[in-house]
Amino acid sequence: MENANLIPAFGPAIPEIVLAGGAMLLLMYGVFRKVSPTAHVAYGTVILFIITAFLVAGQGTLTGTTFSGLFTVDPYTRFVKLLILLGASVAVIMSLTFIRREGMDRFEFPVLIALATVGMMMMVSAASFMSLYMGLELQSLAIYVIAAFHRDNAKSSEAGLKYFVLGALSSGLLLYGCSLVYGYTGALDFVKVAAAISADHQTLGLIFGLVFILAALAFKISAVPFHMWTPDVYEGAPTPVTAFLAGAPKVAALALTMRVLFTAFPAIAPEWNQIIVFVSIASMVLGSFAAIGQNNIKRLMAYSSIGHMGFALVGVAAGSVEGVQGVLIYLSIYVIMNAGVFCCILAMRRNGQQIETINDLAGLSRSQPLFAFFFSMLMFSLAGIPPLAGFFAKFYVFIAAVQAGLYPLAVIGVVASVVGAFYYLRVIKLIYFDEPAPVFEGPMPRELSVVLTLSGLFTMFFFIYPAPLLAGAQFAAAALVP
Amino acid sequence: MIVTAIAFYVFAAIAIAAGFMVIAARNPVHSVLFLILTFFNAAALFILMGAEFIALILVIVYVGAVAVLFLFVVMMLDIDFVQLRQGALQYLPVGALLGLVLVLELALVGASWVITPDAVAAAASPVPAAADNITNTRALGQVIYTQYMYLFQASGLILLVAMIGAIVLTLRHRPDIKRQVIAHQIGRKRSEGVEYKDVKPGQGL
Repeated sequence: MENANLIPAFGPAIPEIVLAGGAMLLLMYGVFRKVSPTAHVAYGTVILFIITAFLVAGQGTLTGTTFSGLFTVDPYTRFVKLLILLGASVAVIMSLTFIRREGMDRFEFPVLIALATVGMMMMVSAASFMSLYMGLELQSLAIYVIAAFHRDNAKSSEAGLKYFVLGALSSGLLLYGCSLVYGYTGALDFVKVAAAISADHQTLGLIFGLVFILAALAFKISAVPFHMWTPDVYEGAPTPVTAFLAGAPKVAALALTMRVLFTAFPAIAPEWNQIIVFVSIASMVLGSFAAIGQNNIKRLMAYSSIGHMGFALVGVAAGSVEGVQGVLIYLSIYVIMNAGVFCCILAMRRNGQQIETINDLAGLSRSQPLFAFFFSMLMFSLAGIPPLAGFFAKFYVFIAAVQAGLYPLAVIGVVASVVGAFYYLRVIKLIYFDEPAPVFEGPMPRELSVVLTLSGLFTMFFFIYPAPLLAGAQFAAAALVP
Repeated sequence: MIVTAIAFYVFAAIAIAAGFMVIAARNPVHSVLFLILTFFNAAALFILMGAEFIALILVIVYVGAVAVLFLFVVMMLDIDFVQLRQGALQYLPVGALLGLVLVLELALVGASWVITPDAVAAAASPVPAAADNITNTRALGQVIYTQYMYLFQASGLILLVAMIGAIVLTLRHRPDIKRQVIAHQIGRKRSEGVEYKDVKPGQGL
């Protein structure tokens, strides 16, 4: 073997390498700096995310695989990675004040978010079941730790432990599925698996493997019937962690699901399509109905995220370029809306304590009108009321489903979103029409108000100039779907 | 060839005898020493099969680290092993049954090996061709550090996260703990450490 062949091309993986190396440097800085390194490390992490985003964007139109076919980049991975980096940086920014106030002031927090982000980027770039698993584990392990980060709080520890045990179970399912697929196709690379499947007819064992893999991935995106952990973990985890959990990891897992389905199993599309349709309908319906009875706003957001994942899966079920484009637009808008809503939740404080029940929001419009206005706009957008961004998110996936002839799915989706509108509107009714509850304390921390304003403005004015997002998502989707 | 055969039987016999002594020895420290002897003989068997890398790893990792750790644990723990072992005889029937099942399963595996000649070829396929003249160490290195280098690095990151996680979730800084500060020790004055007492004869302090 020639020596030149021994060294793989590092070019495609430079953003990941820089991010991982930077996270380790920040870790060292935090360990060796004696006085309160948290704020420095957090700002450093945000700068690191921005540098990585530039490196990702700077790859231009680079397409290819490296590391013996384990790692791949194309316009699709770049779009998703930029979205993940956006979600992760917003989560770090939102955590700045919270971790100081709540006695979780430890510099490992932003470092773990950075390492989780490396894992997510590896997931998105995975071209083989082995690299998929490694990325997924890196991401999950870091998130288990930050879910339990508030270690003196029983609920946070419970959230971390629950997420860890169930996550380990889903990893087991994933590995079992991968081993079945390997056994029946003799390959782990997505492309080789696809070739092996189209060469001869599919076997029952292969379908079993596919089902196990889909079950594990559905767990990661908290789609019904693998959603049970979501409300407890979202409620127990520290609020900035919940904000992070509801954003970037879902984007990564859904992007990975699409990569696996469209690259490794295109030949058995009818088989996985019915699974996706079922999971999508179940998530939309459960997300809409179960949220109605919730009083804790974080639990409400957990059910809301289950529902939103159901809507996004409608686009996956369509199985076309338009469908994938719709999913990517949906995820982008969802990440931004979600960041805004969690800024509002983080600002709910009274007597030096975070409060989480939605009744505490009563009459907010009288004490903090601007805050109330942005919160209501975000709620309208989550409900999918035109002309806010959330409407367009749903619009594109439903259009794709109709074009693919999935009329029942589109109809159920619209009905579910009408039912779901009820609990979003209930929050708005509390804010504007109920007797005021005691006032929240203090002005909102500056970084939260900046994120909330940007998110609110994006949500309100997306319809004026949606072209860049649409074009980017279409370019990315065309790279994924053959 | 006869030398190889003799060596094999010697090493194998000693390994089995030492393995038996691990569970039969009265003194737990002796058990661990017999365990080390077993490891050494297993390593010798690997060398006979031409797997020199695994043999050396076995000696370095198991004998060098794990067995010595066992030895320390056994010596540190204050457990009455003799008492623990007293009821051993009543477990003998269950143990014998388990052993029998294992032997039967081994026989089945061996039988399938003989019946399907493809199995040997399939199991041997990842080995590089003999003509390439690649040593074991190099072949393993090519797989782990070249072909799957990406996964190797990713595992490193996962272990790093596990380490950070364990520290973050469990380490508590205790302010009341006493630490050695050498500068303070050196900087101590005689006046701080010594006190004169005028002791009256016959009275004491």
